[in-house]
Amino acid sequence: MKVLVAVKRVIDYNVKVRVKADNTGVETANVKMSMNPFDEIAIEEAIRLKEAGTAEEIVAVSMGPQQCQETIRTALAMGADRGVLVKTDDELQPLAVAKLMKAVVDEEQPGLIILGKQAIDDDSNQTGQMLAALLGWPQATFASKVEIAGDKAKVTREVDGGLETIEINMPCIVTTDLRLNEPRYASLPNIMKAKKKPIDEKSPEDMGVDTAPRLTTIKVEEPPKREAGVIVEDVAQLVDKLRNEAGVI
Amino acid sequence: MPADYHGGESPFDFDHRYQGPAYTDDHHAWRATLRAFVDQEIMPHVDEWDEAGGFPRGLYKKAADVGLLGVGYPEEYGGTPVDDPFFLLVTAEEMARCSAGGINASLLVHNIGLPPVMAVGSDELKQRIAPQVLSGDKIHALAITEPSGGSDVANLKTRAVLDGDHYVVNGSKMFITGGMRADYYSVAVRTGGDGNAGISLLLIERDREGFTRTELKKQGWWASDTAALYFDDVRVPVENLIGEENKGFAGIMKNFNNERLWMSASANALARVCLEDALAWARDRQTFGQRLADHQVIRHKFAEMARKINATQAYLEQCAQRVAEGERPVADLSMLKVQSTLTMEFCAREAMQILGGAGYMRGCRVERIYREVRVMAIGGGSEEIMRDLVARQMGI
Repeated sequence: MKVLVAVKRVIDYNVKVRVKADNTGVETANVKMSMNPFDEIAIEEAIRLKEAGTAEEIVAVSMGPQQCQETIRTALAMGADRGVLVKTDDELQPLAVAKLMKAVVDEEQPGLIILGKQAIDDDSNQTGQMLAALLGWPQATFASKVEIAGDKAKVTREVDGGLETIEINMPCIVTTDLRLNEPRYASLPNIMKAKKKPIDEKSPEDMGVDTAPRLTTIKVEEPPKREAGVIVEDVAQLVDKLRNEAGVI
Repeated sequence: MPADYHGGESPFDFDHRYQGPAYTDDHHAWRATLRAFVDQEIMPHVDEWDEAGGFPRGLYKKAADVGLLGVGYPEEYGGTPVDDPFFLLVTAEEMARCSAGGINASLLVHNIGLPPVMAVGSDELKQRIAPQVLSGDKIHALAITEPSGGSDVANLKTRAVLDGDHYVVNGSKMFITGGMRADYYSVAVRTGGDGNAGISLLLIERDREGFTRTELKKQGWWASDTAALYFDDVRVPVENLIGEENKGFAGIMKNFNNERLWMSASANALARVCLEDALAWARDRQTFGQRLADHQVIRHKFAEMARKINATQAYLEQCAQRVAEGERPVADLSMLKVQSTLTMEFCAREAMQILGGAGYMRGCRVERIYREVRVMAIGGGSEEIMRDLVARQMGI
């Protein structure tokens, strides 16, 4: 079985994100970028399936500017076999990504697609679901456990209030939640080996996909600053503050 | 390097500093792996391990799995043969960020123990030792220094006398990093007459009869198991001879250049940690109605720290470049080590002054680094020995 994994290049989770001065978005110049953490989990899951003999080949797909190649290299250094870069400097919204992914799927014919449940930059949580709709494939989102047996996948999902286990037909789409696994480090020997693994480059034009944004961003603002707390002396003062300052009682 | 690789808060911190053309994507990828490894596997436990005076043995295995133990060793023994001192620089810098030199000293002690075996040891010895060490299953220490002298290798007194197909070893060794837990020791012994020409290297296993050890308490490097070793009629088979008899001195000296580059990169990285932590504090701390960082006396401290760190970094990379080109710039590597440890000493002092009481408390990285200044300035060749070497190289 071939497994396709989507990997997105996002601002590193350690970076303190700043809004651009003109409120059109967040500052990405001179900011450290890394693989979306949920996508690391997706790659790890694919590698485990390969180690278990369930998967034979792992293809890491990324979309965006040339630098997304580094994100693919990270996936290759973790253990993916080859990469596909859909190169564009245009803004890509979830629907465009899903359409491009579908074009890649049509060509690659994977038995399983694993995506992060969302990217930590825009937190859309849409691409996996849209891709499932476009392909007409079953989907299991927010996965915390994946078991594949023959043409069925048994997936445990993290839902409000607990865990839900479903069985779906293959080929299918899985999106990863935080507790699915703990991704491995890209070890030094694998970093060196990853250089020799191929990355195929494509463009949305070659693939005949219209990536024009359907949504317009009006304004991006910093969340309001949290003010320092105060220590109240007694209950009476607390009640007074809740009533007269906070206005909650 | 991609234009947008950098991150971080300041042009002087790890992410934001200038990294020239010698650093490739491989170096950046390795840096990212080590950053995550240190942040996840070491940082959460670093204070606890330092206070406890040790770390779990399982960390060796984790370090092996990520490729850390194998940096620069041949693939056939389980290493990754990156023949490039910039990998050494990246590794030293990122490992230094945990700011507990004792963890690094013991975790990576094989980088001083194993090289003599790799350089001059027999194939049989390499195959017997190296794979187990690089896989993290066995620990390999180096034992040169004796109670009577350290850098004065030519005068060492531990003696090995041939008796049939065994050497009989008598003597003691001092300040041996990893000495309590090591499984293998590369031990310098006297097999011949006085001076350099009478020294050999023997591989001695920990369970040989008559070989004992005691733990030593130290100012810093608490997480490292430093020991005194005692050899009392220890019988070691001749096949454990590393290289040729009476030719051990060259094997020992070969080690020192890499060790100096490593210690210099570590010391400057520790200076950078001091700057980073003091800067974060000074930006946040309010005194006399303004940020601590707004006081001129504090601002100048930062400028001085940054100036020294950047100058040292430039020298470090110049030396690394020369090593990469096949040179062995002994005088410059010696000067570099002095430059780096003086920079670390200065930055530890200044950062501590800026942090004030908070910096004096255990659990603060600067407090620990302050306690580890001397081991960096003395270990691997003291500043005085380094300067003497420089003067000799200058032909004074």
